Amino acid sequence: MMMKSKTRKIRWSFIIFFIPVAVWLFLLIVLPHLELLRISFTSTGSDGYTLVNYKAFFTEPIYWLTFVRTALYSIFVTAIVLAISLPVAFYITKVVKVKAQGLLMVLILVPFWVSELIRVYGWMILLRESGVLNQFLVKIGVFNQPIELLYNDITMIMGLVYTSMLFMIVPIIGVLGSLDDALIEAAHDLGAKKLAIWKEIIIPYSMPGIMSGSIIVFMLVLGSYLTPKLMGGKNSLWFTEQIYNQIIVYFNWEQGSAFGFLLLLLSSMIIWVALKLTKQSFSEVIK
Amino acid sequence: MIRTLPNSKGYLAGYKLFILIFFLFLFAPLVITMILAFNNSMFPSLPWKGFTLDWFFGEGPEKIGLFHDKINLRGIATSFKTAVAVAFFSTLIGTLASFLFEQENFKFKGALYFLMIAPLVIPGVILGISILLFSNSVGIFIEDTLGIYLKFLTPSFWLVVIGQFSFITTIVTLIISARLRKFDRTLEEAAFNLGASKFAVIWFITLKFLRPAMIGGAAIAFLMSFENFNTTLFLIGSQSTLPINLYQQVRDGSTPVINAISFILIITTSIIAVANLYGGKKEDT
Repeated sequence: MMMKSKTRKIRWSFIIFFIPVAVWLFLLIVLPHLELLRISFTSTGSDGYTLVNYKAFFTEPIYWLTFVRTALYSIFVTAIVLAISLPVAFYITKVVKVKAQGLLMVLILVPFWVSELIRVYGWMILLRESGVLNQFLVKIGVFNQPIELLYNDITMIMGLVYTSMLFMIVPIIGVLGSLDDALIEAAHDLGAKKLAIWKEIIIPYSMPGIMSGSIIVFMLVLGSYLTPKLMGGKNSLWFTEQIYNQIIVYFNWEQGSAFGFLLLLLSSMIIWVALKLTKQSFSEVIK
Repeated sequence: MIRTLPNSKGYLAGYKLFILIFFLFLFAPLVITMILAFNNSMFPSLPWKGFTLDWFFGEGPEKIGLFHDKINLRGIATSFKTAVAVAFFSTLIGTLASFLFEQENFKFKGALYFLMIAPLVIPGVILGISILLFSNSVGIFIEDTLGIYLKFLTPSFWLVVIGQFSFITTIVTLIISARLRKFDRTLEEAAFNLGASKFAVIWFITLKFLRPAMIGGAAIAFLMSFENFNTTLFLIGSQSTLPINLYQQVRDGSTPVINAISFILIITTSIIAVANLYGGKKEDT
């Protein structure tokens, strides 16, 4: 009797938890993306379904070249971010005195929450032709006259690294925090070189953090709009800009949907391949 | 190698230099932005022409400070309203979702969990256009069949809230779930044995325990909403949020009033971030 009434109440609570969550996920995640896929196969010029939008993507070199360029640059940026983040995370968790650790963590986390736009704006003030760095370099005589440091691929990549690197550092710090110092001490006492310790202990141990960081960074960079647009200028040729142009400027929602779906497909595929290569599971990586 | 092992001086010095450069790189743009908010010049650049508070309080006609800049004040108000709405709804649904995934068992739980975390890997731009297209189709469908025009399904304040809610709820759910996982369920059983109903237990015991995580989750939701650009870009109607406003001004060039706004935002976010950090630390002990 007791048991029965208890189980019935638990079912009620299940329904209260389940329905809002299911409504959220189906109405705002599943259905909109199915609609994106459906619209990408339509065209204003004709009834029924057509491949014309995808055909346009493959026949116009500007579209697929931008796509490939965005993908390759995103992978490249993720790699640079990883190379910077690993030593920084290691320093904060293992090298610096325990007393200074809290302060460094705060220093890392504060800019993490400052909006991307403001951080990019800061770089624009620093780097543009009338910017702070130019004035400084002219004054000390490195340049004869100001040079435009913005609007090229190098500053664009630097900006993307800058705006995304904290999303790599934080998860790696999270994992490294639980790495037992004794493992490194033991390896050191047994005569292991630094490189071997990194290769055999630190990197394998921080793999879950590296993977979740890489996924988030890669996704953020691939889907970034502000940074390429403001720091790369007219020549940034970032794929999100093509999507924006189709949807907002040309009002060609069908073409924009096809581009959006291709970008989604690309990001899912690269994340899937990365997880397979490192033998990690998605649910474990995102915690 | 690590702090407990003897390290060569060169290794430590080199490492310190690297970290110093890293933090310089991290803070240079923020610090310079904040300093130039006080420069008595029409452009956000050097040379330094003296200290002024005009970019905050200036009444014009030459220098219009932030507190007299109607467009930006309106942007701040819109962003604030949006962020409050998003924080409220995402914390509500995020709490329900945490209970669902941590305390209930059901068929296809794995699949639903996968859907729940999917927004983390969907680029914000794509989420924005998907929601734009879908709400537009639904709006047309409702208008055609029922003859009702629903304004919130066209680019507008509520569509921005819906769009931001769709992915921020995932993050809030993960924060609250992490806390719920640490909950000692024997407390619940004790209450059941004393005759409490399931809802009384949740209300008086579990939710009390979750409160720090709910506050932290709401604070993070607020910040993420306030500064969101990618998803919002496709969903705004006539009321621009602050990031969209600022973007247009940054792109077209503007006075140091942007620096003044940045100054206030950097200081405010820092305070919220530090408060959240220390609040989070306290709850662990």
